[in-house]
Amino acid sequence: MSTGHADENLSTSAAGEIEARAAAWLRRRNADWTDTQQAELDAWLAQSGAHQVAFWRLEAAWERTSRLEALRKAPMSSRAAAPNTSRFRHLRLATAVLTVAVLGAAWAFTSHTTEPVYSTALGERKVVTLGDGSRIELNTNTTLRLVAAAKGRKVVLERGEAFFQIQHDAANPFVVIAGNHRITDLGTQFVVRQTRGNLEVTLVEGSAELGPADATGHERSVVLKPGDVALATAASVAVLKKPAHEVNDEMAWRRGMLVFDRTTLAEAAAEFNRYNDTHLVIADKTIAAQTIGGKFSTKDVGGFVEIMQQLMGLRVKHQGNDFVVSR
Amino acid sequence: MAETRDPQRENEALRKDSASMSTAEVKAWFVRDVLPLEAALMQYLHHNLGKGGDAADLRQDVYMRVCEAARNRLPDPVRPFLFTVARNLLIDRMRREQVVPIDAVSDLEALNIAIDTPGPERTVAARDELRRLQIALDRLSPRCREVVVLARVEGLTGRQIAQRLGISESAVSQQLDNGMRALAEVLYGEPSDLRRGN
Repeated sequence: MSTGHADENLSTSAAGEIEARAAAWLRRRNADWTDTQQAELDAWLAQSGAHQVAFWRLEAAWERTSRLEALRKAPMSSRAAAPNTSRFRHLRLATAVLTVAVLGAAWAFTSHTTEPVYSTALGERKVVTLGDGSRIELNTNTTLRLVAAAKGRKVVLERGEAFFQIQHDAANPFVVIAGNHRITDLGTQFVVRQTRGNLEVTLVEGSAELGPADATGHERSVVLKPGDVALATAASVAVLKKPAHEVNDEMAWRRGMLVFDRTTLAEAAAEFNRYNDTHLVIADKTIAAQTIGGKFSTKDVGGFVEIMQQLMGLRVKHQGNDFVVSR
Repeated sequence: MAETRDPQRENEALRKDSASMSTAEVKAWFVRDVLPLEAALMQYLHHNLGKGGDAADLRQDVYMRVCEAARNRLPDPVRPFLFTVARNLLIDRMRREQVVPIDAVSDLEALNIAIDTPGPERTVAARDELRRLQIALDRLSPRCREVVVLARVEGLTGRQIAQRLGISESAVSQQLDNGMRALAEVLYGEPSDLRRGN
């Protein structure tokens, strides 16, 4: 459902323009109406099926609102006449506040006992809201630990991938520890992903500093800017610049999607395998090097297999827990 | 393979020739059986179009196609027919835009979910309908809502509303047109909140 007022989010597309004309016809018909005008309306409707369906739809919705005439006796502002609506809205707001409060309370409580650990199973995603309003979105197969001593401003990414949207506090910076690296928020949205000993940090907004976990100074660290993708191994850090749309594509998991753009089948298969029990296996190197583009649900291995079969002419055999791809 | 005939076009031509349903019958069917499925349809279109696409255009195309088909014979059951048309149009569009049509082709799961969504609001009782209308009204901006209420509840003319609110008649017309479009969008295009609220 869109936010904001419904009358301020109307479509401006070709269909939207037809609809606007249909609305004007309907409005005029509700006022004084002559036979000539009716003939004009009939002609407009006969012009195109698009005119017809747009007009029928608006007319039907407007007919439904005729029930509102029942309210005419009681002089009303719509709000005064809609007690249920207001109650609804407050209830919903209260729920939102409650969710945050409960998480905050859970945090306050557990911080005195054990360190809270958040984790996701294969294919699962989870959003954690911290007491200060910072949000962390955990991707598939991820474990994240809050460090109790740091008042919620320090987390350890044990494994997997997470998106951080941090409430910046210069006096008390937010720190993510991943392996032997440390990422310090400088007012930021960023993604941290761990893969087999490597670390990938993608900066979305603001900036963050990446350095060794054990260092306190800034000597050996780099400051990342939006679009920067840092690839860190235990010994080195390389920073690449990526265009904004690629950064966006990489974060498609936050919507449960994978976006490929000239991605090799090997990489695409590896991505799917992060989310699913059933693994794609591509042994043939020439097949693995073929590229593909498109959007998939992270769970839709079946759809991906179908594409490989139908569009790329590959053979896929289901063996136990694997899809084995061959010519 | 080398055949040049386009079966779909032929079918459409056939339908036009043998149209056995009157426009009034098609309209009644469209309002009664198709419009209540709009929330599910929009959910499906939004899901497959992503942020960039305009679902309103596709919705229009879907409605045109189903009404065209209905001129020959009213499709029954409506739901699977509507979603098959939507799916085919999505695939056509993605082919045109040369995007691998993965989402639309493979997203049968989402399609099934949409098809299985509990029935439309057709059965909603009159009291619920009134509440639903009030919720829809609440989704309008304050000025637009005021104009709609004065027109629909108080039964005032455009000129009377303009005088009452101290705005021009054309501004009233604009608000009223937007209000009618927005109400259709909320009443048909969005899933009902009533079930959750009760």
